[in-house]
Amino acid sequence: MGDTNKKERRKFLDKGLKVGIAAALGGLAISKITSKINAKSNSLSGEKMELMTTDGTLIEIDASEVMEVQHAEDHDKKYNVREGMPHRKFVMVIDLAKCKNALKCQQSCNKHHYITGDNAWLKVYKMQESKDTAPYWMPTTCMHCDKPACVTVCPVDATFKRQDGLVLIDNERCIGCRFCMAACPYSTRVFNWSEPDQEFTLDMDMINHQYSPEHGGMPSVKGTVDKCDFCPHQVKNNELPHCVTACPNGVIYFGDKYEDTVNNGEETVRLSKLLEEKSGYRLMEGLGTEPSVYYLPPVDRLVDFEDGLEEFTEFKSVDKSE
Amino acid sequence: MVNYDVFIKDIAPRKFSIRGKTWVFFLAIIIVAGIIAYIDQLIQGQVVTNMRDYVLWGIYISNFVFFVATSFVGSVAVAILRLTKNPWRTPFVRIAEIITVASIVMAGITIIIDMARPDRLLNLFVHARLQSPITWDVIIIPTYMAISLLLLYFPLIPDFALLKKHFEKTKPKWSKWYGKLSLKWTGSKIQKEVHAKSIAIICIMIIPVGILLQTVDAWLFSTTYRVGWDSTNFAPYFISGAFVSGIGSLIAVIYVVRRAKKLEHYITDFHFDKLGKLLVLACLIYIYFNINEYAMPLFNSKKADSEHLQTLFTGAYSFPFWIVTIGGLVLPTILMLFKKGRKPLPIFIVSILVVIGAWWKRYIIVTPTLMHPFLPIQGVPESWHNYFPSLHEWVITSATLAMALLIITLLVRYLPIIPIQRTMDEQELNKTENKTAL
Repeated sequence: MGDTNKKERRKFLDKGLKVGIAAALGGLAISKITSKINAKSNSLSGEKMELMTTDGTLIEIDASEVMEVQHAEDHDKKYNVREGMPHRKFVMVIDLAKCKNALKCQQSCNKHHYITGDNAWLKVYKMQESKDTAPYWMPTTCMHCDKPACVTVCPVDATFKRQDGLVLIDNERCIGCRFCMAACPYSTRVFNWSEPDQEFTLDMDMINHQYSPEHGGMPSVKGTVDKCDFCPHQVKNNELPHCVTACPNGVIYFGDKYEDTVNNGEETVRLSKLLEEKSGYRLMEGLGTEPSVYYLPPVDRLVDFEDGLEEFTEFKSVDKSE
Repeated sequence: MVNYDVFIKDIAPRKFSIRGKTWVFFLAIIIVAGIIAYIDQLIQGQVVTNMRDYVLWGIYISNFVFFVATSFVGSVAVAILRLTKNPWRTPFVRIAEIITVASIVMAGITIIIDMARPDRLLNLFVHARLQSPITWDVIIIPTYMAISLLLLYFPLIPDFALLKKHFEKTKPKWSKWYGKLSLKWTGSKIQKEVHAKSIAIICIMIIPVGILLQTVDAWLFSTTYRVGWDSTNFAPYFISGAFVSGIGSLIAVIYVVRRAKKLEHYITDFHFDKLGKLLVLACLIYIYFNINEYAMPLFNSKKADSEHLQTLFTGAYSFPFWIVTIGGLVLPTILMLFKKGRKPLPIFIVSILVVIGAWWKRYIIVTPTLMHPFLPIQGVPESWHNYFPSLHEWVITSATLAMALLIITLLVRYLPIIPIQRTMDEQELNKTENKTAL
């Protein structure tokens, strides 16, 4: 699987590079001669043009035969929602050393996914392994496991795994059996126990939104499961997930494992280097779920753990006054 | 039992007495209340239950498991006793078959009650994925339902023919219906051969399917990572538990039916004694698996397992846990070891204890586990840390139990509750072979 992926990727890069160069050159040439084509499009001009083909050889053709080609600009954006974006593998890195429980990530997530329940999708846990070890703050999202227990047990394929690594939920198919919630060891899934009273549902027609599993909470559906979706609706627009941009401390990095880069909104770093240098790990590695979220241990912390206690609310994760 | 006319008269369906009518009325009220509560649940959503994101399954599921378990009685009391040639089963097999049908039908309904989107029920077929244990359930429950219906119906065919004759003059309308149901049974040699063969096939089929049903039910839990469910012991543990709750329910129902229909002459102390011994066997096997499940982990349990066990042994669930284990399992076993404990009335009381214990046992299997997720429970309202069923859940669950009892009551009302033809055949056989009944 990995091998063929790599091969395909290489092929794709190779092709892409060539197409790119040809397109750039062609574009230049085209822009120069557009006026000429428009003027005399049907008769041979006698004027020759030098162009480079996709395999790199230079050719000479009559200028009048050069025509603008419609490039599929969205070929990276057009994909099956259930299959995911081709040649991508999204990952997250959460640096526990930087987290001081500011909860901006959670607030931003709640806001942008219109969470109306009592259980946020993004949690910041107050953790302490044992009495003698240091406490720390641990933000958790959906782990988007490569071997997702939730997907295995779903009887109707309502929750599914995509090739870009995302585990998403089709709220129009979910039957509400909650087996996925029982199966998930990270307790990341939340349920719409009642009709979610989302503000925008009233003017749903006005905003003309088409339901897609790629934007969780848009809308949430009564009797179905919701969870963190890694914000593919943001990624599609070349933007980072809401939690990443909201974090004032650059705790959360998001990126593409194939590109080996992650970004926390301030800096772009090599994923492999980051994980190696800071001893990255994943939650409950022993279960074999292979999460897509990596953690960096809470060492050399700049802020005191106690500072985070101000924001800590044991029985609340969604601020409903807003 | 020489006079068959008297026998048929004793067994033939009779009108409800005042008591019977009151009983049906009582059940109907509970069922109506349950339906109202369920409609409310459909409108408001499952917010009317006390289940939340952590305790995401509650009594609907434990009640479902109870029904599935109880339906096992058809495999054990009917099929296994038949294949092991235990003729003392004859007077109560029909009751066992009725309980089987009622429980498996209610199991199917109960699991739908737990579904938050019953309107999408068809998705289970349209988008079925074979790897999900729920799909296995979708396959095995209707299969078991079909087989248990056949198991009830096939032996009834000759009896329907007899009833047709019996009611010919007194109740021609009834006679007509029984005649239709008897599928033109004449009792010819060929018919009897085919009939006997079919029943033998059904009996052989219902054993593996019954075992699979219990197994799939256990796998619903043991295919997750959850502490307390993640156990390779779970399938046999569930099968043995089903053995207990099935035989327990059977004894309880037999006792009531015997009193209501005055069948003391046909279902005797001897039968209760035998059934008592069977229940002791079931309980002992179940105790064995309980020790496997709860005592052995004491030696090597991981931190999360220890917490779970602590909740059961001394923590929040210790009261139901010990009541169920001692009062619903160990004490009944001890009582039934004595001959006096297997007399009809004592064993009736014991079996009631066993059945109530079996119901709560499922509750203890389902709920406490969910309170011990791997990550701590934080950021949710305090009430989410605990679970006790809401009024809606109790009303709906009571209604499902009442519905099961109503199905049993109605079937007992309209069907010959002791296999007539079979009893007569056995009597003849005994006479000709000059043997006394076992």
